Amino acid sequence: MEILGLLLDGVFIALDPLNIMLMLIGVALGLFIGAMPGLGSVNGVAILLPATFLVPPASAMIFLAAIYYGAMYGGAISSITLGIPGASTAVATTFDGRPLALKGRADLALVTAAVASFVGGSVANVLFTAFAPPLASVALDFGDPEIFALMLLAFATFVGLGGDDIPKTLFSIFFGLVMASVGLDIMTGEPRLIFGDITGFMHGINFLVLAIGIYGIGEMLWTIDSTRGNLTMTEAVLSIRRILSACRESIKGWKGTAIGSFLGFFVGILPAAGATPGSLMAYGVTKMVSKNPKEFGKGHVGGVAAPEAANNSASTGAMLPMLTLGIPGSPTTAILLGGMVIWGLQPGPLLFQTQTEFVWGLIGSFYISNLFALIVNLAFIPLFIWMLRMPFTVLAPMIFVLSVVGGYAATQDMHDVWLMLIFGVGAYLLRKLDYPVAPAVLAIVLGPIAEPKLRQSLLFSSGDPMIFLERPISGPITIIAIILILLPLFKLIRDKFKARKAAAG
Amino acid sequence: MAISRRHILGLAGALSIGALVAGLPGTAAAWEPTKPIDFIIMAGKGGGADKMARLMQAIVESEKMASKPLVPVNKSGGSGAEALIAAKGANDPDHTIMVTLNSFFTTPLRQPKLGIDIMTFAPVGRMAEDTFLLWVHKDSGIKTFEEFLAKAKADGNKWVMGGTGKAQEDELLTEFLNNNFGLSIKYVPYKGGGTVAKQLAGKHINSSVNNPSEALGFYESGDVVPLVSFTAERLPLFPDVPTLKEKGKDFSYGMQRAVVGAPGMSADAEKYFQDLFAKVYNSAKWQKYRKDKSLFGDLMAGDALKAYWQEQRERHRKMLTEMGAIK
Repeated sequence: MEILGLLLDGVFIALDPLNIMLMLIGVALGLFIGAMPGLGSVNGVAILLPATFLVPPASAMIFLAAIYYGAMYGGAISSITLGIPGASTAVATTFDGRPLALKGRADLALVTAAVASFVGGSVANVLFTAFAPPLASVALDFGDPEIFALMLLAFATFVGLGGDDIPKTLFSIFFGLVMASVGLDIMTGEPRLIFGDITGFMHGINFLVLAIGIYGIGEMLWTIDSTRGNLTMTEAVLSIRRILSACRESIKGWKGTAIGSFLGFFVGILPAAGATPGSLMAYGVTKMVSKNPKEFGKGHVGGVAAPEAANNSASTGAMLPMLTLGIPGSPTTAILLGGMVIWGLQPGPLLFQTQTEFVWGLIGSFYISNLFALIVNLAFIPLFIWMLRMPFTVLAPMIFVLSVVGGYAATQDMHDVWLMLIFGVGAYLLRKLDYPVAPAVLAIVLGPIAEPKLRQSLLFSSGDPMIFLERPISGPITIIAIILILLPLFKLIRDKFKARKAAAG
Repeated sequence: MAISRRHILGLAGALSIGALVAGLPGTAAAWEPTKPIDFIIMAGKGGGADKMARLMQAIVESEKMASKPLVPVNKSGGSGAEALIAAKGANDPDHTIMVTLNSFFTTPLRQPKLGIDIMTFAPVGRMAEDTFLLWVHKDSGIKTFEEFLAKAKADGNKWVMGGTGKAQEDELLTEFLNNNFGLSIKYVPYKGGGTVAKQLAGKHINSSVNNPSEALGFYESGDVVPLVSFTAERLPLFPDVPTLKEKGKDFSYGMQRAVVGAPGMSADAEKYFQDLFAKVYNSAKWQKYRKDKSLFGDLMAGDALKAYWQEQRERHRKMLTEMGAIK
């Protein structure tokens, strides 16, 4: 009950006219920052951080959190309408959002994304409010072996992602892992695979560069090739009724929404993970438990709902270790943490006691921002649909320009733009040869997290891999992951066996 | 639609500093920046160096100290190698400055192929020297440095020290403890000081040599205990924590938090930035941060800073050689 009282106080702080205005501006700005390829919540928050010195710290934080929230909603927009992930957190949304748009159901995909985001955000808010301190200690219990086990689980859920051709899926995963190992090796301090000292490779391959290359450029080439430019993406009908019916239809994705909401939050609170792996894992798990996994990747509502619910939920989750432990769970919260230091607040275990008003005002604002973001997002959907009425011959150059800008914005390095174009052409060719590319994207996101965790764990155990099985949390996770990885193999053997039997009989 | 980040930054700058066009009048002949200043940060977003850089940027903007905004760019790759190369190859050295830490000394030593001579950088200002302490978890029961030595010695290479990066500050300190106290602590590198602090609080590692700013949260909550400081004098924030010198080893080690100008910066621009960061240094906000985060070291610029670099470079050369990281 005490928590409810504190929350109510917090909501009142958040309802201050100045804060309401900041939240509205924040979510609208965030929506557009998220929708611009290459500009994600990290850039948005970093750019606008200095602008917040005009208002008190609590309001500044509320403003930045609103941008963070809005960007999570916005990332889905370009993923669905243009097929370019608007932000790293929305990469998984392209898997099914884009096919839906190509089928003329962009409205359904956009509404599903908005509703799932709202539900994900709300679930996370409730979990945050009720369980912040105990969950913080869970986050602390996750050491290196535990995080590695979790990453292994994520890979396991994705082995099935590329369809039935397992060798091609594995090729794609390994390709992604090699890309992920480019750059400085944290364990030895030596640069790896920089191709004879090309300095652009020093910072590694930003995975957004790969994702925009594959989904922006590659997808555009593919569409031009397969349709010769004769493509109308959506029927131009737009009405309240249609949006309402889309709302009803989006309920079909409830399973994805539910999985995304809880899984996203949990992954979000773990330091080092954040919303991007959270959304990818939610997609993988939803596909795995679905009755028709074959429909995923072809425009399944659940495939849009899961990553969108997860990225909103994870973004709230990532606030938890930041506020309670002073450890950011995602790159964006790392910037927010920097902001708090500038405002003279010390995040950490004592923040909840020493800065009650700040903390609960912020939590209160999560609820209100989430609602505002839903309303603003739904209000803009007609505009996004209208964009799709343009013929593809107009859209294609737009996608190209946005991809180039997005590739540059992430690191401000021309090197990355060239790399992105190479990835785009490569992805197009791979697709021609029927290779799945999504596993490569997953690998380049999770690889840099998994690799140091594996090596740190093995350093602890002096090289003994049993460390992953012996610990109480990592043990069960590792075993589940291994079973999941082997499952398709068993299936393969069984099918072969059956086929032989049939041939013999 | 093709809005570059620079434009948005410009817009944000304009929003926050208002329609400040003329800036500080100054004398007629004084050099003034004619466009936004590239502010390279030699570390990733959210780390200690990044927080400090953004604080400097915030002070410059909120107190309207410069007529053009500072545009922060994080270049964390290759232990700072990426940042050093970017600064060396800057198109306009007069509008390129960089926040550095000790990788400014170690990275060019470890990677001579980069062709970086730190003496070619413009000595704008050393804003502080960050300090290091030895931390353990309270549940270990260890209260003094002597108890730590006994326990770590007994545990041999089962005792794990977590730290930031490989062959950087934290590992140099671990190596120092191993060599001088007959220990064989195992060093496990992590990406940043915040992660290390969390690993210690979660009892996944046995000890750390975090900066105060990184461990402060868990120190205040009582989870971690400082045992000894690697400074010449006791830190005001931790008056009960002895220095290593009191424990019989005359050794102190700090981390420079300095702003440098790109090689090739003109003398006029160098003067401008020295004055600008002297103002930042003297601002109430910076002084408060120094006090809160237990930072040492007074402002140092020009030839004094270059002499300090020279001395630090030789010291790190010696430490890295002893460690076997360089020949």
